[in-house]
Amino acid sequence: MFLKSTYNEFVKIAAKPRSYLGLLVITILVGVILFALKVDGMSFISFVTSSFEQTLTFEGNILNGNLIAFIVLQMLIIHIPLLVALVTGDLISGEAATGTIRMLLTKPISRTNLLLSKFMAGAVYTMCIIIWLGIMAVVVGKLLFGSGDLLVLNSDGLVILQQDDVNWRYLGGFAVAFLALLTVSLLSICLSVFSENSIGPIVTTMAIIILFTIIGTLDVKIFDNVRPFLFTTHMISWRSFFEDPLPMKEIWKSIIVLLVHNVAFISIAIYAFNKKDITS
Amino acid sequence: MSDKIIEVKNLSKSFGDFEAVKDVSFTVYKGDVFGFLGPNGAGKSTTIRCMLSLIKADRGTINIFGQSLHEHRHDILARTGSIIEKPDFYKYLSALTNLEIFSRISGKPSTKKEIYAMLDFVGLSGREKDKVGGFSHGMKQRLGIAQTLLHNPDLIILDEPTTGLDPQGIIDIRNLILQLRSEKNKTVLLSSHNLSEIEIISNRMVIINKGRSIVEGSVSELLNSEELIVTLEVDNAISAQNITTKHFPKAQIASTEGQVLHLTISKTDVANLNKTLIENGVSVSSIESKRKLEDYFIKIINN
Repeated sequence: MFLKSTYNEFVKIAAKPRSYLGLLVITILVGVILFALKVDGMSFISFVTSSFEQTLTFEGNILNGNLIAFIVLQMLIIHIPLLVALVTGDLISGEAATGTIRMLLTKPISRTNLLLSKFMAGAVYTMCIIIWLGIMAVVVGKLLFGSGDLLVLNSDGLVILQQDDVNWRYLGGFAVAFLALLTVSLLSICLSVFSENSIGPIVTTMAIIILFTIIGTLDVKIFDNVRPFLFTTHMISWRSFFEDPLPMKEIWKSIIVLLVHNVAFISIAIYAFNKKDITS
Repeated sequence: MSDKIIEVKNLSKSFGDFEAVKDVSFTVYKGDVFGFLGPNGAGKSTTIRCMLSLIKADRGTINIFGQSLHEHRHDILARTGSIIEKPDFYKYLSALTNLEIFSRISGKPSTKKEIYAMLDFVGLSGREKDKVGGFSHGMKQRLGIAQTLLHNPDLIILDEPTTGLDPQGIIDIRNLILQLRSEKNKTVLLSSHNLSEIEIISNRMVIINKGRSIVEGSVSELLNSEELIVTLEVDNAISAQNITTKHFPKAQIASTEGQVLHLTISKTDVANLNKTLIENGVSVSSIESKRKLEDYFIKIINN
């Protein structure tokens, strides 16, 4: 029953026009960034490299596909949660608003199974968004700008990664980025259980992300103990894959925090959904 | 009449301080078209939602097919088809895809051929691939019926199935329900606030009001009561009252308003009463009779 219900969810997501909005927005945004960098990328790069010019000499294709992909990821990964929540935040509440949840729950499927199938569909949709972002950033970036060593400016300084040492880092980075986006996706589905309109969970998800991000960036002592446990703190952990050597301890810590959030959101949603009276 | 399909006992459900259903009890037998009658807000939909486990009851028991709903929800829902209030579908999907979605999780998935046949049965042949968003209310109702029947359930629960339909649509749905009972031996629970609808198609019924079940029994027994409430408009109410009391001792004068008399009298005595009054010099300008239950039901609604 779970697989059949999950298939149903895929059919519904695939048929909804809003599901393609995320892909379209990513295409447009990445397209704009790639166009801008193609036209005036060197001045953008020289702004970064100028501070090192007295001690370092840069040779070769600095403005390459690897750097472009990194820039794109850095610029967009913060905005992608909205695109994900736009679809996943609607998975339960949208059906409550239109009354179809009532129709589904008069069928012999358990509420837990129905909810898990929605979580699964939300996870696959999130995966699609990440893969599309990867294709647009890495594949199209390399096609347009070629390959080359990757220069990454971290808080510790400049890191230069050989071009044949970059692809696996992107894979790892995208995997952690997926986990972070999955957390957003599960949060919005969890909030969706408590709402009977589509907008509420989407707006609340974004509000939580903004609030947690502010708490995470505010250099105030009172938040020091909370900060490491906020999922938003770990949404930029994908960057850790572009450090040398890899801060494995930090990466694992991020993965665990995000996984704990995911389990918590799923558990809360299952508990609440099973208790909920369907009055819509 | 021995096989109990639904047995609801002392069902209660509150939303905050509001008691939507209070100690509702009734029994539906195999082959019944059971009328679940009550005015809007009486607690019909809440009771039905409890029967489909959409709402959790605070107290009471629900047994369907002899099994506890609480313990055998999956088995019971696999044998039940329902429309609650109005059929809601995915507007951006076709009628066919909608039915496929509900069929997949119905416990008995249907083939495409079966779905086409069902759409033909409810008169939606040729509209299979049209998006439901473009359907009229009547068409959605038909699609709802198709969704209800597709997995060949033994029990069909229809909550106000004719609401919003045009007269032809209402007749079609009524005929369909009667056909389900007579040809396919299905048990149907039909919720309605319309007494005449229940009278036409149900064999048994319960009346529910303000969350309580008021009366339950055979429709023919409850509606074709020998007792009628008769309203007489005469030229001399005092004479009419005296003549009635003298010649029809079992008749009960309920009230008089000017020259209008309200009384309860046996159905077989109504014509005699008219004749006797005229023979005794009382002129009868109008005579109206109502069945007691109908009057009772109207009072419930008005109150």
